[in-house]
Amino acid sequence: MRELLKVQNLKTNFYTYEGIVRALDGIDLDVKEGKTLGIVGETGCGKSVTALSILRLILPPGKIESGKVLFWYKGELSVDLLSKDEVFLRRVRGNEISMIFQEASSALNPVYSVGEQISESFLLHQKRELYKAIIEEIEKNMREDNFFLKNFVYRFHKRIYKKMLENSKSLRIRFISLLPLINRYKVWLKKEVSRRVVDILTKLGVPDPQRIMERYPHELSGGMQQRIVIAIALACNPRLLIADEPTSNLDVTIQAQILDLIRRLKENLGLSILFITHDLGVVAELCDYVAVMYAGNICELAEVRKIFKNPSHPYTKALMNSVPTLEEKKLESIRGNVPNLISPPEGCRFHPRCDYATEICARVKPDMVEVEDNHWVSCHNFLRG
Amino acid sequence: MDTLLEVKGLRKYYPILGGVLRKKIGEVKAVDGVDLKVRKNECFGLVGESGCGKTTLAKVILRLLEITSGSIYFDIPKKVRKKMKEMDSRKFERVKKEYDLSTFKGRRLKDIRRRMQIVFQDPSSSLNPRMLIKDIVAEPIKVHKLMRGRALRDRVEELLSYVGLTRDHLFRYPHEFSGGQRQRVAIARALATNPDFVILDEPTSALDVSVQAQILNLLSNLQDNFNLTYLFITHHLLVVKHISERVGVMYLGKLVEVASTKELFKKSLHPYTRALFSSIPIPDPEIKKKRLILKGEVPSPANPPSGCRFHPRCPYAMKKCREEEPSLINVDDNHYVACHLFDKRG
Amino acid sequence: MKVSITNRKRSEFKEELLPRIKEIKFSFNRFKKSPLSLMGLTLIIFFLGIAIFAPQLAPPKYPHNPYRIPRDGYSAIPRPPSPEHPFGTTEGQYDIYYGVIWGTRTAFRVGLTVVGSILVIGIILGSISGYYGGVVDEVIMRIVDTFMSLPTLVLAMALVSALGRSLDNVMKALIIVGWPSYARLVRGDILSVREEDYVEAARAVGCSNLRIIFRHVLPNAIYPLLIMASLDIGAMVLTAAALSFLGLGAPVGYADWGQMTSFARNWIVGPPDNPLAYWYTITIPGLFILFFVLGWNLLGDAFRDILDPRLRRR
Ligand SMILES: Nc1ncnc2c1ncn2[C@@H]1O[C@H](COP(=O)(O)OP(=O)(O)O)[C@@H](O)[C@H]1O
Ligand SMILES: Nc1ncnc2c1ncn2[C@@H]1O[C@H](COP(=O)(O)OP(=O)(O)O)[C@@H](O)[C@H]1O
Ligand code: SF4
Ligand code: SF4
Ligand SMILES: [Mg+2]
Ligand SMILES: [Mg+2]
Repeated sequence: MRELLKVQNLKTNFYTYEGIVRALDGIDLDVKEGKTLGIVGETGCGKSVTALSILRLILPPGKIESGKVLFWYKGELSVDLLSKDEVFLRRVRGNEISMIFQEASSALNPVYSVGEQISESFLLHQKRELYKAIIEEIEKNMREDNFFLKNFVYRFHKRIYKKMLENSKSLRIRFISLLPLINRYKVWLKKEVSRRVVDILTKLGVPDPQRIMERYPHELSGGMQQRIVIAIALACNPRLLIADEPTSNLDVTIQAQILDLIRRLKENLGLSILFITHDLGVVAELCDYVAVMYAGNICELAEVRKIFKNPSHPYTKALMNSVPTLEEKKLESIRGNVPNLISPPEGCRFHPRCDYATEICARVKPDMVEVEDNHWVSCHNFLRG
Repeated sequence: MDTLLEVKGLRKYYPILGGVLRKKIGEVKAVDGVDLKVRKNECFGLVGESGCGKTTLAKVILRLLEITSGSIYFDIPKKVRKKMKEMDSRKFERVKKEYDLSTFKGRRLKDIRRRMQIVFQDPSSSLNPRMLIKDIVAEPIKVHKLMRGRALRDRVEELLSYVGLTRDHLFRYPHEFSGGQRQRVAIARALATNPDFVILDEPTSALDVSVQAQILNLLSNLQDNFNLTYLFITHHLLVVKHISERVGVMYLGKLVEVASTKELFKKSLHPYTRALFSSIPIPDPEIKKKRLILKGEVPSPANPPSGCRFHPRCPYAMKKCREEEPSLINVDDNHYVACHLFDKRG
Repeated sequence: MKVSITNRKRSEFKEELLPRIKEIKFSFNRFKKSPLSLMGLTLIIFFLGIAIFAPQLAPPKYPHNPYRIPRDGYSAIPRPPSPEHPFGTTEGQYDIYYGVIWGTRTAFRVGLTVVGSILVIGIILGSISGYYGGVVDEVIMRIVDTFMSLPTLVLAMALVSALGRSLDNVMKALIIVGWPSYARLVRGDILSVREEDYVEAARAVGCSNLRIIFRHVLPNAIYPLLIMASLDIGAMVLTAAALSFLGLGAPVGYADWGQMTSFARNWIVGPPDNPLAYWYTITIPGLFILFFVLGWNLLGDAFRDILDPRLRRR
């Protein structure tokens, strides 16, 4: 299976008043094409920072110190997003990788209707597809309706769109677009975009999309807002969707709706997803692969069945024992607290809380080893054995 | 078993103010007729999605909000309870009045506050950011003038040790603690006056799972050690399963199903409860369950649907459901359901 | 035995103090990072020094009434700086140096008394209004609205005219004009703090309303107020000066910056051939006022950075 995204040894720090927060301490992971990778971990372990670092959206006082984010682009896994310029990244962010956040309400602009916001996304990222579709549409109309005058107009409009397809920033077109009556050609674009907005909303299970399009974000519920955010993300037709806890603020019945939606998108569109969550249940239901994070490190990465059947890293085990399940069992908690990332423990960052810790754990950071096919663990216990 | 708290026909409507003169133009029916019995030394779990009125119910029981209508009886002594059966209606009314929290004022209210406590959902906002931990925990004791000086100081340390904190934590501000530790402080404060009854309003919802496990275990231990009665509010069915003996499921201001936890997890009856069950993500990829995904969203409590409030989303809705409101009836050995499907009378 | 108890007490006392010292250190560190706040602090300390050492800097001629500015003759024309009058004299030969030095004391007195009283009144009325709401709130807020709909300076002028000309009356007038905005601010803060869970928790514990206001609500609502107060000390001194300049303030000859500027009223522009001939009459008291107000403003901004809990930690 092809890898779409490969992160290697990613390190990100935050330079704060209290000291340097070593938020990511060398992350390695990959997202395979058409598959979903889940990142689970507790608050503050660096899940969001990972997502933001991949898109290089870390703001000061944060800084990406080292590492590579390789992305499959134009036929090879070669582009390192961290070494490209901002212009290139902006293109990637919209067209190739989309991101959705936990807070849907803050991701939406309160002064535009949701329809406008989704259209905007189409217009920004899918112009060429739009123009092509419009030309086809015009041709279809020409065939059906060959009245002389109308045909003349059709042909004119088709020429304009062809021209825009070649060069969307042409001065002549810009001039024409300002002339009243003649710029009637824009109606095609409007119609096409709104058709696509309705299309995507229907696909996302929004009831009565015509009406919802007219609404403003604050008039919608949290679940509906999250759907709109997903619509905007999908409107760019991305190859990778990064979702940072998209359902954590929603109620379970609404979460079930959204998860079902994402599952269907995955199946129908073959979308690759990097899904961040703190809920092992959501991971089990949605993901193909799982990366468990602890204090800025990935401690275990495996296929979802393998990790639930055979959790190997002591932290993963402890985490699984602490979630309530359907079975009758005593919840086991992990002793101690999550470490402060300003002065994280030496060696394995989990060692002060680990029941299996040995002397070497406090000194040396363990490497990732493959304990079985597609199952990686970073723990000294497996390095030795 | 003895009943500690009994709630009858409790309603809480929030006025919706509007217009220039800020007149009342409507009501949010946050809690709309709840009957509930909590037995001594049990943990009663109250489950429901956000906005269904759980917090409002908790605050009304504690008299932090004014009651719209209904009664709350707290700890009616056994003797009185026995006698009540033989009383004529006038005397009966008088006795009930005497134990009805909703009529309490001043001294008596303050006394009751000593015996009922609450732990809020968000530990970062439930502790005063400008007070030291020791003052936060000591405050209830000071307010009720139970202890002072050395004794107070020792008591605070004792309380902190119950919740797994040490005297090193006494002289710190809340912002120096993690979420789980703050919640421990909030629990210590709730226990300060030796209450009988503690309402836990989503005490673990803002916490991580491993911390949640710590707090849940702590709460169970404390309940055993101090003979506490809990009303445990949460939106998480699996958490309820682990901590409570009986469960009530709430939807849009009403209880729709009440049963023992075992019974509910074995055989839930109400369509909403069943939908909730199928919505919880189970941390086990091998379990392939039948999905029952509800359509639509919870309607606004300002304008609840007619008849059964669940009918616009219910896969089994019938004509009767739109017209007639089902009442909570006992279908099977203390298993109460409010749904026409199980109403054998009609 | 006794020793051990006192020792224990002392160590407890120390423990009790430690977290507070830590907080102060943290604040101070924040403070040190901003050069502007340091400048504000320097300015205010400088003025404080002048006020404290006024008797040494400018030994009073009338020890029983040191605020009376000594005169050197009765000539109407100001005289430029000279060895015995370092800043020159005003019309009527009042010594500018003496006036501005002792005027610093007046400025502090006016600023601190007025703002202090306003704070107390504002906090009391605002708390009542915000915490209890209902009819009381309605009444207080309508009074506040009435006051705030009138222009401050005009209202103050009218009040001083009615009360009679004196520094005390200026202060009274400023207090009357100033409290409404504080009451409104306190009310707003209390309304927002009142919704916090810890206030709800305090009520659940059984705290009385008074205790809730003083222990829980005010300590968390008071910071915006202190910030505004420190900004307002400068503003109040400025308004008092304006009133004095208009001839509504301290009696003639009283050491007060506003008074000094009012002496300069006719001498701001000199004769046509030398328009800047009497620059010292207006510039020197003017600069004192300017730096005093600037100092408090910078300090107020610094307080905002340090104290505002929302800005405090990332
Ligand atoms: N802007 C920031 N400034 C300082 N530290 C930050 C910042 N953003 C994140 N961090 C730190 O980075 C770590 C990881 O945070 P994050 O990725 O947001 O965690 P989560 O896994 O909950 O998404 C945390 O310890 C946090 O304190
Ligand atoms: N102070 C208030 N004023 C008006 N409506 C309120 C207020 N508090 C809560 N509500 C409404 O009452 C309903 C129940 O709220 P709440 O009891 O907080 O629910 P829960 O705790 O179950 O999430 C919600 O619809 C909420 O919008
Ligand atoms: S490396 Fe050592 S401390 Fe870390 S998880 Fe493995 S056994 Fe525990
Ligand atoms: S009463 Fe009717 S609508 Fe309500 S839950 Fe039962 S079947 Fe569904
Ligand atoms: Mg995050
Ligand atoms: Mg709630």
